[in-house]
Amino acid sequence: MSLISTLARLEAVSTGRAQPAATVRHRRLSERPLVFVPLTTAGEAGAPLGALVGTDRDAPHLLVVPQPRDRDLRFAFLAELADVVLPYIDAYAEDVEAAERNETDPETGQRVKVEVELCADAPQLIVPSRAGVDFVRLLGRSMRFRRTAEQDPEAPYPAPPRVPLLGRWLTHFAERARVPGSSLLLAMTDVLARHWATGQSTLEDQHLGALLAWIDLPDGETGAEAALRAELARDRDGQLLCPPAGPATDPAFDNKLLAPAIERYDRARTALAAAEDGLEADDRLGDLTAAEREIRALVASRTRPTWDAVWRGLDRLRELPEAARVEERWTRDRWSFTGHRDRVVAGEPPQPRHDDAVTAANKLAAREREQARLEAQEALDDPLVMAGRRLSGEAFAGEVTDVVMAYSEGKRPSPRPLVTVRTDDRPHLGERAKVFRSLGGKPQSAEFVGYEGDAEDDSALIVLRVLDKMGRGKEPEEGSVPEKGDVLCFTLFEHEQRGGAKLPDPEQTPWTHGGPPGEPESEAADPLTEEDVL
Amino acid sequence: MPLPRTRGTALRHRLAELRGPDVPAKALDARALAALAANPGCKRRAILDGAGVNKAALASALGSPSAFGQSQFALTRGNAFEAKVKADGGAELLRLVHEKLDRSAEPPAGARVPELTATGPEGRTARTALALREATGTHGEWTLLDHPMLALDVAGSPAFLEPDAVVVHPDGSWTVVEIKSFPMLDGSADPAKVGAAARQSAVYVLALEQVAARLDPAPRVRHRVLLVCPKDFSNLPTASAVDVRKQRAVTARQLARLTRIEDIADALPDGVCFSPELPAADLTAAVESVPATYAPECLSACELAFHCRARSRASGAVTSLGRSVRAELGDLTTVESVLSAARGESGDPDDPAVAALRRAARLRAEALGTEAVAACR
Amino acid sequence: MTAAVFDPGAAATEATDAILRDTLHGTARGVVVDSPPGAGKSTLVVRAALELADAGRPLMVVAQTNAQVDDLVLRLAEKNPELPVGRLHSSDADPYDKALDDLPNVRKSAKAGDLNGLSVVISTAAKWAHVKVDEPWRHAIVDEAYQMRSDSLLAVAGLFERALFVGDPGQLDPFSIVGSEQWAGLSYDPSASAVTTLLAHNPELPQHRLPVSWRLPASAAPLVSGAFYPYTPFRSGTDHGDRTLSFAVPSDGSGPDRVIDEAAESGWGLLELPARHTPRTDPEAVRAVATVVRRLLDRGGAATSERSPDAAPLTADRIAVGTAHRDQAASVRAALTELGVTDVTVDTANRLQGREYDVTVVLHPLSGRPDATAFHLETGRLCVLASRHRHACIVVCRAGVSDLLDDYPSTEPVQLGTLVKFPDGWEANHAVLARLAEHRVGWRP
Repeated sequence: MSLISTLARLEAVSTGRAQPAATVRHRRLSERPLVFVPLTTAGEAGAPLGALVGTDRDAPHLLVVPQPRDRDLRFAFLAELADVVLPYIDAYAEDVEAAERNETDPETGQRVKVEVELCADAPQLIVPSRAGVDFVRLLGRSMRFRRTAEQDPEAPYPAPPRVPLLGRWLTHFAERARVPGSSLLLAMTDVLARHWATGQSTLEDQHLGALLAWIDLPDGETGAEAALRAELARDRDGQLLCPPAGPATDPAFDNKLLAPAIERYDRARTALAAAEDGLEADDRLGDLTAAEREIRALVASRTRPTWDAVWRGLDRLRELPEAARVEERWTRDRWSFTGHRDRVVAGEPPQPRHDDAVTAANKLAAREREQARLEAQEALDDPLVMAGRRLSGEAFAGEVTDVVMAYSEGKRPSPRPLVTVRTDDRPHLGERAKVFRSLGGKPQSAEFVGYEGDAEDDSALIVLRVLDKMGRGKEPEEGSVPEKGDVLCFTLFEHEQRGGAKLPDPEQTPWTHGGPPGEPESEAADPLTEEDVL
Repeated sequence: MPLPRTRGTALRHRLAELRGPDVPAKALDARALAALAANPGCKRRAILDGAGVNKAALASALGSPSAFGQSQFALTRGNAFEAKVKADGGAELLRLVHEKLDRSAEPPAGARVPELTATGPEGRTARTALALREATGTHGEWTLLDHPMLALDVAGSPAFLEPDAVVVHPDGSWTVVEIKSFPMLDGSADPAKVGAAARQSAVYVLALEQVAARLDPAPRVRHRVLLVCPKDFSNLPTASAVDVRKQRAVTARQLARLTRIEDIADALPDGVCFSPELPAADLTAAVESVPATYAPECLSACELAFHCRARSRASGAVTSLGRSVRAELGDLTTVESVLSAARGESGDPDDPAVAALRRAARLRAEALGTEAVAACR
Repeated sequence: MTAAVFDPGAAATEATDAILRDTLHGTARGVVVDSPPGAGKSTLVVRAALELADAGRPLMVVAQTNAQVDDLVLRLAEKNPELPVGRLHSSDADPYDKALDDLPNVRKSAKAGDLNGLSVVISTAAKWAHVKVDEPWRHAIVDEAYQMRSDSLLAVAGLFERALFVGDPGQLDPFSIVGSEQWAGLSYDPSASAVTTLLAHNPELPQHRLPVSWRLPASAAPLVSGAFYPYTPFRSGTDHGDRTLSFAVPSDGSGPDRVIDEAAESGWGLLELPARHTPRTDPEAVRAVATVVRRLLDRGGAATSERSPDAAPLTADRIAVGTAHRDQAASVRAALTELGVTDVTVDTANRLQGREYDVTVVLHPLSGRPDATAFHLETGRLCVLASRHRHACIVVCRAGVSDLLDDYPSTEPVQLGTLVKFPDGWEANHAVLARLAEHRVGWRP
């Protein structure tokens, strides 16, 4: 933790409310995000209990699995979920604009520009917490290999086609969420914690209720008091006033409320099955419906507070102006979305269980590049982030005190003006270190020449030689050289990321990495065994 | 004439006093022993665990009840899964041990599953030791010990431990088997949970090694344990070998350090007692008399954490915000001392921590606000 | 009873011969060589390169940094000035060491095509990754292979048919700046070391080990070997008494002078300052480090060794200061400048990898810290800092590190299917501290 964020946290402790950790919003918020608040059954992988989902904060869809151990009911839940999520995604898939992309011509091997479609906007999923992102990944994994009746007429539990399709989309969203700076799938706790510092630890910040207590403070309370209430306060029945943001539920809820309700539901179902005539069945169906309604009410009662909290979080985030470079990163999200849309349309198989060596290496390289890009862009967009980089010696700001024109040697001398900057910062400048400033949104580079004179009252005079972005002529273009009195900020880190080396195609995987993976075999569905139902 | 009391019995007596009259010691299980490594610097936790104080009861009596609980769904599922793994005389379990740990051995066709029931933990421990000796003697066969009982000396008192299973291989070596109900999805599992399982298994390995040391020749206790979990979304068992050498070394170290509780106990004022029967104010004072090193990680590892957090926050300790917060603060340990140093109201400007704080405060104020800032757009 | 006398020279020659035999005449596509600190890795690489070139096999050499590449080029040219060597470099400004311009048979270019036909072409892994070839090289040498990431090897492995992989498993592991947990346990985890992936897929490859450290003195090799290479021990090439370090100016009785004398005598010295929690750039510790360096220079040190039986003066270029963090290095440099010392290398462990000095002064990574972190406990970091010296290593540290280690929480997550890395940082740190405690000089500045 940098000292600046430590200070922000301590100020939050001392003032009793969250303090800014950013002055602008560093993530895209869609006009119409799809909020998803899922709950799962304790102790079982991929056995959802229910969810609130939708784009309308006042009218979420409530989906419930009254008996999570029943495979049919689980599958019905997933189909319902697909009915809500897929139309939302499709709406974005259809609205496209023309764009260009560099591709390698398979015949000539040349890089050529190709006209392609780019979705004009992309869908956005918002879950309450990081555990929610993991759950989206898990749901995606559990669905994408499901077989439809068309694929496998023998499948004992054929899935409607939209279920494996949703699985592929959720997998894509969850995988994209691992890319630094992406906004296709966001965890509300992460986004809030990025923009505010609370008076509690980062571990405690993962509790949405407690985190929001500091940021969206009720009147007359301190953040610490409100957060404590959100964490621990229970009603007379021993139930948490602020239920966990899921997908895990509170054990007290499971044991005291949910288990008896499910038991009543099971009994009603057994009774209905045993009904001997229509009249009796009608009666018992009424009991079953009542039992189911009870479980639905329970699930709603545990998800609704979280649902509302997510929207409150969105409100607070929207109050921050969007950072300048968010749009550029969002465009990458749109490319990612469009790319997956195209793979689905092209009939490609679902994402495999494991990446092959080349795909894994490509993903790692891309994410490292995006991480570096994100760090640079956030600093350039936000003086508070830049302050942290200045404190750590990776940037410096100050006033230009002198500009001396100079030229490069050689046949065609180019301008290489010497610029002196007075700064109170203490950059870690090595010999001939490169530094960059933003000039009309593009980085202009300069080289560290040396310190001038003796430092007085803690400030230093740094002499730089400007290297580029001054035009082709002997004289620099107007406005391309800093002038005396300008207040500038230089970074030691680069503003833009170079693309990495191209890795071999998977079928060219070298012997050091196991050789080519061979024909991609279609991934088998997870076997459905009797044991699935406990 | 009474025999002179040894150091050990004196300590036991002292610890019983700390628990309070007629309060039985809470037995330490493997999970609790493994959790010792979560915050080894905490004297409060060391003395309470060493004395067998029921920390959950203590926390409730202090007015800051712990928030640990288990869902009956998870419990049911866990029990059902373990039963399934051990069905048919442990055939599937042994198959997994053979496949993951000992392929060169004869595949298990059947296994001896000795009866381990006996009266009381001491009896069961003795029965287990006997069964282990017999099994080790019968070379060439597989033996499955279902819920054996092992004793481990913890600060002078025995802790009784019950692993899910121990398998004796045909070569006479022993393997700890840990059965968990979290899934292995496409071959990987939640690393935090695997880590916890590995630490717990390491405790069993240590206890088994004490049993093995009493045999001649001492059989080998394998340092790779078998972790059995449900496969993907099913409840079919799958397994992975987990190397617990590191966890074993850590736990051995922590157990050795527990002998320090004698020093901690000696430093306590007379009459300190942690009985949950006492009034909250007395208990608070008693607990306060042992220093704690609270950190947010305690919240998921110690029943007393909410109490300690409240005290830590009340005292303004910066570590209530996380251990790492202190890294750059040097000697400054409280929220107010840091903020006042940052504001320039206190602290030695030549202290690099203070100087850095002031620079940080200045840069932060500049970025947030009022001064004409070098906007780096 | 006859104790077999260990002949380090013979043992090293035997190992080298076996490595060259497998490399030149073996059938395996790869040969892996573990080289502990100062065991002659560079010498081996140069020798293997020359022999492969002699055998008429076009060779590409992959190193990890430009400094390593330039160093190899210089060494090759020194051994065989006639050999045509290509230095493939980036198109950045100042892409290579200017000293290469003085070597007539070294051709430099940013384009691989310009270097076609040369016996040996050397570059960094990053640059090689951009090279495309129709015909792969017959042979490659991959240097510092343990510091190379698996994905980096993936990018270049298509360029060669077979390769010699050389590196030090005890130094700092490669790392990635983003999470890579999703690939943990996969044989080709892109964030793992190149050697890990290579051996996971090719477990049958011959693996060798250089058994003798020519750098570390007899006082240091057993500790470094035991603490950081528990399963692959090595010996010192020299014996106690083969090297001496003496000072013309007698001790003034101060802490720095006493610790210098202790280290000159025993090879190790611990200058222990009073316990205190400090920020990383602890001014007292920084000043203590600088003072020790100043006194090392002022007291007219002289070193004798198997290389120079006549005492060689301990000059500034034979001393280095090692720290864990860059800001600490910067503070030490500033403190040295104040004391008028300019030519002493001060750097972090990362940058000291592969370097060698007569005396090193180390600011202990855990000195003054209120908490230990995984970063500070990383064995590679301590291993690098404790294994750069030929004569003596002086560690400056605040008291209390032992307690800090004891209080370190051990709740690491465990990924299924990954190899457990040994040694454990905790154990290694304790081993080093225990040894240092025998050479402790307490000092209150």
